[in-house]
Amino acid sequence: MKRVALIGMPNTGKSTLFNRLTGASARVGNWPGITVDLMTAKILVGAHMAELVDLPGIYDLKGYSDDEAVVRQFLQTTPVDLVLLIANAVQIERQMSLVLQMRALGLPCLLLLNMADEARQLGITIDADRLAEQLAMPVALIAAKYGEGQPAALKKIGHALATAPAPATARLDALADHSAIETESAAVIAGTVQIPARLPEHLSDKLDRVVLHPWVGLPLFFLAMFGVFQAVFLIGAPIQAGMVWLFEQAKTLAVEPAVSMLPKFAQGFVLDGIWAGLSTVAAFVPIIIVFFLFMAVVEDSGYLSRAAFLTDALMSRLGLDGRSFVMILMGFGCNVPAIMGTRVMRSRPHRLLSMLVIPLSLCSARLQVFLFLIAALFPPSKAPWVLFCLYLTSFGTAILTALIFKKRYVSTEPFVIELPPYRLPTIRQIWLRGWVEVGHFLRRATKMIVIGVVCVWILTHVPFNATPAGPDTLAGMLGSLLQPLLAPIGIDTKLTVALMFGFIAKEIVIGAFAVIYGMEGAALSANMASQMDWVQAVSFMLFTLIYTPCVSTIAAIKAESKSPAFTVLAVAWPLALAWVVSFVFYQSARALLA
Amino acid sequence: MPGQPALVKAVHAAEHLAHRLAALGFRSGKPLQVQRRGSLSGPVQVRLGTTDVILRRTEAAHIEVELREVEPAPIGAAPDSSKA
Repeated sequence: MKRVALIGMPNTGKSTLFNRLTGASARVGNWPGITVDLMTAKILVGAHMAELVDLPGIYDLKGYSDDEAVVRQFLQTTPVDLVLLIANAVQIERQMSLVLQMRALGLPCLLLLNMADEARQLGITIDADRLAEQLAMPVALIAAKYGEGQPAALKKIGHALATAPAPATARLDALADHSAIETESAAVIAGTVQIPARLPEHLSDKLDRVVLHPWVGLPLFFLAMFGVFQAVFLIGAPIQAGMVWLFEQAKTLAVEPAVSMLPKFAQGFVLDGIWAGLSTVAAFVPIIIVFFLFMAVVEDSGYLSRAAFLTDALMSRLGLDGRSFVMILMGFGCNVPAIMGTRVMRSRPHRLLSMLVIPLSLCSARLQVFLFLIAALFPPSKAPWVLFCLYLTSFGTAILTALIFKKRYVSTEPFVIELPPYRLPTIRQIWLRGWVEVGHFLRRATKMIVIGVVCVWILTHVPFNATPAGPDTLAGMLGSLLQPLLAPIGIDTKLTVALMFGFIAKEIVIGAFAVIYGMEGAALSANMASQMDWVQAVSFMLFTLIYTPCVSTIAAIKAESKSPAFTVLAVAWPLALAWVVSFVFYQSARALLA
Repeated sequence: MPGQPALVKAVHAAEHLAHRLAALGFRSGKPLQVQRRGSLSGPVQVRLGTTDVILRRTEAAHIEVELREVEPAPIGAAPDSSKA
């Protein structure tokens, strides 16, 4: 098996090429000492099976960013047979420096000049044969998005693999300094590339005059985000409901008969523990696919960089950048894909800070709980104001969290990024993205979600002779135990048990009320209104809004951060914040009303 | 000034920023043009050859440019905040 590393600058279409070459067969590989995900896939090139590794985009082998460190680490520890260098043909003049740096490492290289179609349109001509001669490495022109030039490129890769020496790691101390590279780069370009002195005005320039307009740009951004948000959750929600229905049907038709021979508690364990866990996982599949279909459009079209430009003035003050703002907004639909989406940020501190902030977004699951409680306890004239205040609190706690933690998660990455021209993403590109992301989620989050759901089932059903979710179960006992802590914020034992259910998924809190109080529908609403006054209800809602992210969000945070310590912080911080906010509200409201 | 052609004269930045700036095309002698500035002291968009780059004004202040046929001045920051 040969090993081929794919290396290039950001925005060169590297991932597009990787997906083109590998289809949906890619998976996350494990490499010593590397904390980011590297996608790998096995492909057949000519007569060779090769393992293709997609390394993160880098600007400079001697650079200081997290990604640049990852690539250095990889090259120093993992022997490779061939390095596939990918560069944007339009920007070959600027990207040649990385090509020359890579060549200096002494590894066999092959240069792919991507976006050959765009270079042609701009009147840029590249003499690939002459370039190959000067660089002493094979060169191929391709347009990865459309598969243009791919057969010829694959033939060259096959030939390069056949003639490659034994695989080797790189010695990075041999790198020449920048000025030598720049001189050489200029010499290579001069003989092989012709760029017209005056570039034709791009359509992007005309669009940007509106999209990045000082006054129009920001409202347009919010409008676009609102549209994407509505589309994702309008399309996603019915499919999600269908998925839940499907799992219910399978449960009554297949799983229930299959376990009917087992003792009662084992039945409960399988049906309400494991099966409920699996259907929780399944319910996320449609929303993640639809979310990433739209994110692929936002990202691949070039709009995400524009969003970063427009919102940076606000976000830089919070220690974040515009890309995290997009994810925080999406978190108001569902935290899970928003957490996964933070991968568009390349700096780890930024990503961690965003992951701490996103779970504070009032997601649609929490909204269901609030709508139910508000309708039960408040007259229609006051209801919208209560909800509005909850949204304000959500924003407020997010900003507070960012301000408190921004000193801990300082990004070393300078905010100097490329603004690519607008591009139309292809259907294939969009679809692959949704598919690959769901694969990630299923592989890495399923176990933790099922375990979480089973734990809650055990808490609320052990010992088996007690009434489920009643005061004699583990959950009930834990609830009583926590009373000294939760009574000062107006949350009694029964509500505490409901909160434990909410750990599975926030919307389950309503279902938990039904189980705990033993009633449903209007009777349950009336009961809730008699059980608590409005101060208690608001305190409970504030707590529900802020306290621990649901188990699926936690699983996503753990999978993305790869850090158990950070995951603990992401649970503990909102829990503490929730208590403080509820305490301040509850005690001051009681004092004022006394 | 948005739209006015200029040349990169020098980059005065710590090594990690200098690396990134050089990789994106801020190398002495290269022509550039400021396309636009974000509102509320937002980032600036700079065109260098075939590459468009956005960067914060604090970072742009590290780049010394020479306006073509006009007095040298740093881009991004206000005219009085001379190069870092």
